[in-house]
Amino acid sequence: MNLTEKYDLGVVKWFTIMSSVYLVVATLLGVYIASELAFPYLNDLGTDLPYFQFGRLRPLHTNAAIFAFGGSALMAAAFYIVQRTNQTRLWSNKMAWFTFWSWNTVIVLAVVTLPLGLTQSKEYAELEWPIDILITLSWASYLYNFIMTIHIRDKNKVPHVYVANWFFMGMMVMVTYLHVVNNLSIPVDWFKSYSIFSGVQDAMIQWWWGHNAVGFFLTAGFLGIMYYFVPKQAQRPVYSYRLSVIHFWALMFGYVWLGAHHLQYTALPDWAGSLGATISLAMIIPSWGGALNGILTLSGAWDRLREDYILRFLIMSLAFYAMSTFEGPVMAAKNVNALSHYTDWTIGHVHSGALGWNIMVAAGALYHMIEKIYNVRLSQKLLAIHFWIHTIGTVTYIVAMWVSGIMQGLMWRAYDEYGTLAYTFAESVAAMHPYYVMRAAGGVLVFTGAVIMLINIVSTIRKSGSVQTANA
Amino acid sequence: MSNQNGKESLQSKLEKNIFGMYLFMALSVSLAGIVQIVPLFTNPDAVKDEVTMSDGSTQSLLWQRAEGQSLSDWKPGDGVRPNTPLEVAGRDIYQREGCYLCHSQMIRPFRDENERYGHFSLAVESKYDHPFQWGSKRTGPDLARLGGKYSDEWHILHLRQPQALVPESVMPKYKFLDNAMVDGDEIATHMSGLRKVGVPYTDADIAGAAEAVAGKTEMDAMVAYLQSLGNMIKFEDGVTYRE
Repeated sequence: MNLTEKYDLGVVKWFTIMSSVYLVVATLLGVYIASELAFPYLNDLGTDLPYFQFGRLRPLHTNAAIFAFGGSALMAAAFYIVQRTNQTRLWSNKMAWFTFWSWNTVIVLAVVTLPLGLTQSKEYAELEWPIDILITLSWASYLYNFIMTIHIRDKNKVPHVYVANWFFMGMMVMVTYLHVVNNLSIPVDWFKSYSIFSGVQDAMIQWWWGHNAVGFFLTAGFLGIMYYFVPKQAQRPVYSYRLSVIHFWALMFGYVWLGAHHLQYTALPDWAGSLGATISLAMIIPSWGGALNGILTLSGAWDRLREDYILRFLIMSLAFYAMSTFEGPVMAAKNVNALSHYTDWTIGHVHSGALGWNIMVAAGALYHMIEKIYNVRLSQKLLAIHFWIHTIGTVTYIVAMWVSGIMQGLMWRAYDEYGTLAYTFAESVAAMHPYYVMRAAGGVLVFTGAVIMLINIVSTIRKSGSVQTANA
Repeated sequence: MSNQNGKESLQSKLEKNIFGMYLFMALSVSLAGIVQIVPLFTNPDAVKDEVTMSDGSTQSLLWQRAEGQSLSDWKPGDGVRPNTPLEVAGRDIYQREGCYLCHSQMIRPFRDENERYGHFSLAVESKYDHPFQWGSKRTGPDLARLGGKYSDEWHILHLRQPQALVPESVMPKYKFLDNAMVDGDEIATHMSGLRKVGVPYTDADIAGAAEAVAGKTEMDAMVAYLQSLGNMIKFEDGVTYRE
């Protein structure tokens, strides 16, 4: 019996395809808003319209990248992994399709409302309350279906739930919690609401959400992806079971504290920021535990990296993961944070995670699933081009933001020989121009890679001739 | 899986019982929120609204509004007050246009920031900010103490075409604010919403909202909001505003 008969893979296929479509959209938006900062004329193109301005499109870029691309990749991978590792069909295929349609409706509504300026103005939680309710329903269906699928497994065949499932579940639990609390608000009409929290409390709750959108959505969930696809693609068991247990619980317990490091030296009480920073430093250990566990899974199979580009994506993603989980704690340290906060360095850090870790590990997983589900082989040439163009684009982006971020931080605090501020703010803006151009160029490479990925996936599926039966 | 003495470990039990694992996960992710967030609501020091003056007297940082006083009776330095209807309209526009994505409203207690922007920000200054607008990025300068720094005319020209006044600026143009009027009934509804979440508006404030914004453009509202930023408290030497 082949895979498509044994499992419910229709919904997995469509989430996989939509994820690669949304990657193209998200990176295109990213290139556009990055270019706006280098060439402000692009904000209105000589018109009087607000819809393409940075302030309107930036939330659309972040939502498209995190929730449209990242969310679809997580849903594709979760529905695939939960069936394969528990050797059972989904608890409810119908409910999975509800998750698919509701999630995509959320994305369409985001594309319409955000450029119109309908926003709660909380970063990564901009969508207004009716959409938030739809997100909650969609997410709850995802969570419930996932847990029930694990629950109905044949406990004689699969007594222990595999580690990848723990990570997905941890993400689902925490994201429900974060999304509901952070979006509590009083509606004043259909598309305007005011948060029930204000000032200090709202700031803390927002960054509790903000950092854990990273910590759970983009880390725990994507580690779930890593724990299934790295061993599968390498055809080796996970390096250490014990390490995965330790780093799983350390992550579940530890990550939640970090939000406060976004608010150091602000009006948030000092103890909260310092606590966040301290635990941030300690988080190097579980983060690197996970990265090592993935990379060392390749022990004895390193030669496979030579010809397997999907495996290269997965392993390179872990290298970036290790790098940005080292950078994060460094930036959380108080004296570094004093310099780096409010600068482009933060943007660079986010993108070393998003481009280096999330896109690469997701690309590896999406490619793997396409090959398995359609029983095809993707164009190795296009895989190779995507890998290199994406890696070069990512490094270009990060380096540009390192330089501009540190430069901003230093210019803002520089004093001249008379003891007055050495630079005006405008001078620091002008100094950023070359780096903003460089960042946009890095973005163009990443976007081109995303287009190549979509072309590779679509043309391979079409060649396999099974695109119609994929709907079943 | 069992450990050396043959007893099944907790981890092993949880791996077999998915609902048990769910419960443990839910507990372990809850603790941080309880420790870090709950005290901000329960401990009044988190949003300190009183200071001890150099003569030993205590002064509130919040505007002490007398019975029957309207928002227009407030004078700069009287203390933190709710936004006027026109400022509410301006703040809505500030949110709508995503200004918070490039401008912070939170000055940190560093020498360079105090010289560039002004006195460091206090928690109480954003007490009525639903949601907070501290921001996380300075593509443009901090705005926490923008109020009174430039004239209304400067702001209007700058919003219409930032590069005309600051050639290096990468800020978008907001000329379209000139062409839209503020809707009075909508602002009254918004103020009732803000009252529900804790902003102390009186019935009279809300009843007078439509009149207060009559004939005003979105540009007027935006400028009014920007001019209100940061001058509510009169800071005095020798007073500890934050430990």
